[in-house]
Amino acid sequence: MTESTSPQAEWPLYEVFVRGKRGLNHVHVGSLHAADDEMAVRHARDVYTRRNEGVSIWVVRAEAITASSPDEKDPFFAPSGDKVYRHPTFYAIPDDVPHM
Amino acid sequence: MTLTESELQQGFEATIAHHDRIEPRDWMPEGYRKTLVRQVAQHAHSEIIGMQPEGAWITRAPSLRRKAILLAKVQDEAGHGLYLYSACETLGVSRTELTEMLIEGRQKYSSIFNYPTLSYADVGTIGWLVDGAAICNQVPLCRTSFGPYGRAMIRICKEESFHQRQGYELLMTMMRGTDEQRAMVQESVDRFWWPALMMFGPPDDESPNSAQSMAWGIKRNTNDELRQRFVDMSMPQAEALGVTFPDPDLRWNEERGHYDFGTPDWDEFMQVVKGDGPCNRQRIAHRKRAHEDGAWVREAASAYARATEERERDRAKVERAPAPSLRGADGRVETR
Repeated sequence: MTESTSPQAEWPLYEVFVRGKRGLNHVHVGSLHAADDEMAVRHARDVYTRRNEGVSIWVVRAEAITASSPDEKDPFFAPSGDKVYRHPTFYAIPDDVPHM
Repeated sequence: MTLTESELQQGFEATIAHHDRIEPRDWMPEGYRKTLVRQVAQHAHSEIIGMQPEGAWITRAPSLRRKAILLAKVQDEAGHGLYLYSACETLGVSRTELTEMLIEGRQKYSSIFNYPTLSYADVGTIGWLVDGAAICNQVPLCRTSFGPYGRAMIRICKEESFHQRQGYELLMTMMRGTDEQRAMVQESVDRFWWPALMMFGPPDDESPNSAQSMAWGIKRNTNDELRQRFVDMSMPQAEALGVTFPDPDLRWNEERGHYDFGTPDWDEFMQVVKGDGPCNRQRIAHRKRAHEDGAWVREAASAYARATEERERDRAKVERAPAPSLRGADGRVETR
């Protein structure tokens, strides 16, 4: 039995993602506690979409998320740091060449 | 490679100096974390306790329109409390601990909610002055250095504007009514003006933690700066409404370009903060009762979740069915 199943323990923590409107990604908006997935969606509606902020909600147990290490200057992201040639501005094109 | 404490401290300070945000899993000094836990929790508790003074008028609202508005407003306060509890939990405190600390009086909430709502006009005055003061406090907090707190404040500020406008509109309606209604509005404003000024906290020279909070970018303005801003904003609103504030020293100072105003009764403030305001015991007793009365609901929901999970696990074993898939016929994940 995990701790979350004892009646005294807190309901598990869920992270909430809301799609603001069609055509946009779901975006993280916050978290909440709920006894199960279905209740998490209902609570997310009440807490995070009281004024038409969303057309779709995702909830996921916080414990199910795997993240990179916390430091934003982490060497994990170094491989993209020294590859300036991945950006269009790396290439010099004469000004009189159109549509580039 | 493990960083030393002084390197971590330097990284933290560099982030603050760049006006970048600190995020939950970043290293932070223990004092920064503690200050934030105290401030964000106190803010969350204020939203939750703040449901009571106005909630008391829901059943007695004079029309269905006013009742629907008040219900929506009180529901917003609950929502604001939840945004802030959610932000506070990212600092490593649990929701259960936070609730217990409120109920046991180990954490505080804004002293304004320890004043009673004696007349229906108080619903309007709270919207106008109390939420108005809260907006003054909260707008600069949208840029606070701790990411989750700032994001919660942005959501809250968007919704507070409705709170203030509904209150002011309510008072305008009453001011267009009978002499008795106008007197009700003035009496209500007289009771709430000084407590509203106290919402910004003690004067700067008696607010020992302010300097550190400003250095850490948690606070962006001092208590006195915000109080002055609030007075300057409120005066033309009072004139438009046709009410006065109970302060003989309140007048425009041409030289300063601000209104001068009197000193709130700081002894009364300290008394209310320490637990001896008109409604302190009642507010906490009500919160405690609501929490205890709700225990069976929380337990029933947990039991239901557990039973559903077990039933589904058993069924899966029997049927050996593949897990339900979100993939459509084209193999792409359905995300709607």
